[in-house]
Amino acid sequence: MFLSTLFLGLVLGGTYALLALGLSLQYGIARIMNLAYGEFMLLACFAVTMMFTSWGLGPLWGLLIVVPLGYALGWIIHTVMMRPLIKRSGGGGRLEVDTILATFGLLFVVQGLMLVTFGSDFTSYSYLNQGIGILGTTIAANRLIAFVVSLVIGFGLYAMLIRTRWGRALRAVSLAPDSAYLVGIDVGKLGRQGFALGGALAAAGGALVSMFQTFSATDGVVFTMKALIVVIMGGVGNILGALIAGLLLGLAETFVAAFIDPGLTMAATYTMFLAVLLWRPTGLFGKAGG
Amino acid sequence: MRYLLAVLALAALATLPMVFGDYGTGMLVGLAGYVTLATSWAMFSGPTRYISLATVAFFGVGAYTVAVLNEVLPYPLVLLAAAGIGATMALLVGLSTLRLAGIYFVIFSFGLAELVRQLITWFEVNVTGTLGRYIFLDLEAKHIFWQLLALGAATLALSAWIRRSRLGLALRVIGDDETVAAHSGINLARTKLVLFVASATIITLVGAIQAPRWVYVEPSIVFNPTVSFLTVIMALLGGATRLWGPLCGAVPLFLLFEWLSARFPDHFSILLGLMFMAVVYALPDGVLAALEKFRSKGNGNSATKPAKEANA
Repeated sequence: MFLSTLFLGLVLGGTYALLALGLSLQYGIARIMNLAYGEFMLLACFAVTMMFTSWGLGPLWGLLIVVPLGYALGWIIHTVMMRPLIKRSGGGGRLEVDTILATFGLLFVVQGLMLVTFGSDFTSYSYLNQGIGILGTTIAANRLIAFVVSLVIGFGLYAMLIRTRWGRALRAVSLAPDSAYLVGIDVGKLGRQGFALGGALAAAGGALVSMFQTFSATDGVVFTMKALIVVIMGGVGNILGALIAGLLLGLAETFVAAFIDPGLTMAATYTMFLAVLLWRPTGLFGKAGG
Repeated sequence: MRYLLAVLALAALATLPMVFGDYGTGMLVGLAGYVTLATSWAMFSGPTRYISLATVAFFGVGAYTVAVLNEVLPYPLVLLAAAGIGATMALLVGLSTLRLAGIYFVIFSFGLAELVRQLITWFEVNVTGTLGRYIFLDLEAKHIFWQLLALGAATLALSAWIRRSRLGLALRVIGDDETVAAHSGINLARTKLVLFVASATIITLVGAIQAPRWVYVEPSIVFNPTVSFLTVIMALLGGATRLWGPLCGAVPLFLLFEWLSARFPDHFSILLGLMFMAVVYALPDGVLAALEKFRSKGNGNSATKPAKEANA
C-alpha cells in the first residue's frame, strides 16, 4: 500500500513538475502570468484523446504532434494577445495586471469552446492499462511511461537551458530583462519563444495526463492552480526547484487521498501553498529576498 | 442638499418593486446585488491593483452560512454570523498573502473558491451527511431588494468616505508605487488588510442576503465562478478607480448578460470571455475615463482632466 502510493504519487508529481515548468518559463522569461494555462493543457488532452479514439494513433505519437502545435499556439497567443499589452505597458508594473486579466478572459473563452465541442462529461481512454510489477507492487504501464517521459522532457529541458547558447540567452532574459539586450539579446523575441516553449510543455503535460487520468472541460482551473503552486514552491524561474516541488506536491496529494480522504486533496495542496507563503515566499530553494 | 438628493434617490429606487412585477423585482435583486459586489470589489482592488479573483468564495460562504443557520438563529443574527465568518476568512487570507507581492494574492484568490467549495462539500458529505440544504425564510423578492439597496448605498457611502480619508490616499499611493508608500510611512500590510477585510465582508453579506432567493442551496450552486468573473468585468468596464465606475459598468452589463444567458445559454461563457478581453484591450481605464478623454479632446483642453479625476 505504501509503496504503490509512493509510485502513484511520483507519477502524478512528474506530470505536475512538467506542467509547472511550462508555467515557470512563461512567467519567468516572458513575464506573463498565464491563467489560461490549464485550458491549453486540456486542449492537448482532448486532441490526444481524439487522435487515439478516432485514428488509433497512440498517445506517444500524439505527444509528438501536440507539442509543436502547443509551441505554435503559444507563439500566436503571444504575438496576437500579449504584444499589444507589452507595448501599452511600456515595461511597467501594469503589464502584470493586464496580462492576468487578459488571460483570465481567455480562460473562459477556451473553456467555453471546449464545453461546446466536447461537452462537460469526464473523458478518458484505455491505453496500456496492464500492470507491471516493480518491487513487489504493481503499477499500470501507462503511468510508468508517463513518468519516464515527463522526467526525460524535464531533464532534457534543464540540460538545454544550462548547456546551449539559446538556453543561456533565455536564462539571461529571465534573470535580467533590463540588461539582457545590452549583450545583444533580442529580449522581445526570446520572451515570445519562452512563452511558446511554455505552451509546448503544457501540451506535453496534457498528453501525458490524458494517458492515465480522467479529465473534463472544466478541470483547467485546478491544473493551473496546481502548476502555479508548484512554481511558487520551487521558486519562480528555478527549473530544478519546480521539478522537486512538483514531485512533492504529487506525493502529498496521493498520500492524502490514500490515507486520509480523496476529498481533501485540494486542501492538502493549499496547506502546502500556505506553508510556503508563510515560511519561504521566495520558494523552497530560493534565496532570501531573491 | 447632496444628502437630501441621495435620500430622495434611494426612496425612489425603493418604490421600484411596486412598479415592476415579480419578474422585474427578481431582476432588480440581481442588479442591486451585482452593483454592490462590483463597488465593494473596486473598493480594494481598484486603487491597490491587487486583482481579487475570489469574489465568489466570499459570496458563497455568505449564502451557505444562511443555508446552515437559517433555522437555528433569528435572521439578523444569521447575517451577523455571515459577516463575521467572511471577515475572519478575509483576515486569514489577507494576513498570509498581502504582506507579499501582488502576484501571490492573485494566485491565492484564483483557487480559493474551488478550495472552499471542496472543503464544504467534504464536510457536508463526511461529517453532517447532508449535501444540499433548504432555506425557509419568510422573505419576498422585494424585501431582499430593499436589503441589497441599503447595503449598496452603505457601500457607496463607505467608498466615498474612504476616498476622502487618509486611508484612501494611502491606498492610492500603494497602487502607484509600493516603495514610495513604504518610505512615506504608510503601513502597507495593515492598510491593504483593512480594505480587503471590509470589501470581503460586504461581498459575504451580498451572498447572505441573496441566499433566500435560491430556496435550495448546495456548494456547486453558490460557488459558481461566473460570479467572480462578472464582478471583475463590471468594475473594470465602468472604471475600478472611480466611485461610480463599478455602478456604471454593472447596470448595462447585468442587463446584457441576462439577455445573453437566455438567448445563448451554451455559448455564454465564450461571449463573456470575449467581452472581458474587449474591455481589457479597448477600455483599460473604464468607460468613464474614456468618455472624459473624449470630451477633453473635443474641448481642446486636457488641463481640466486631473482636477476632474480628483473630484470623481
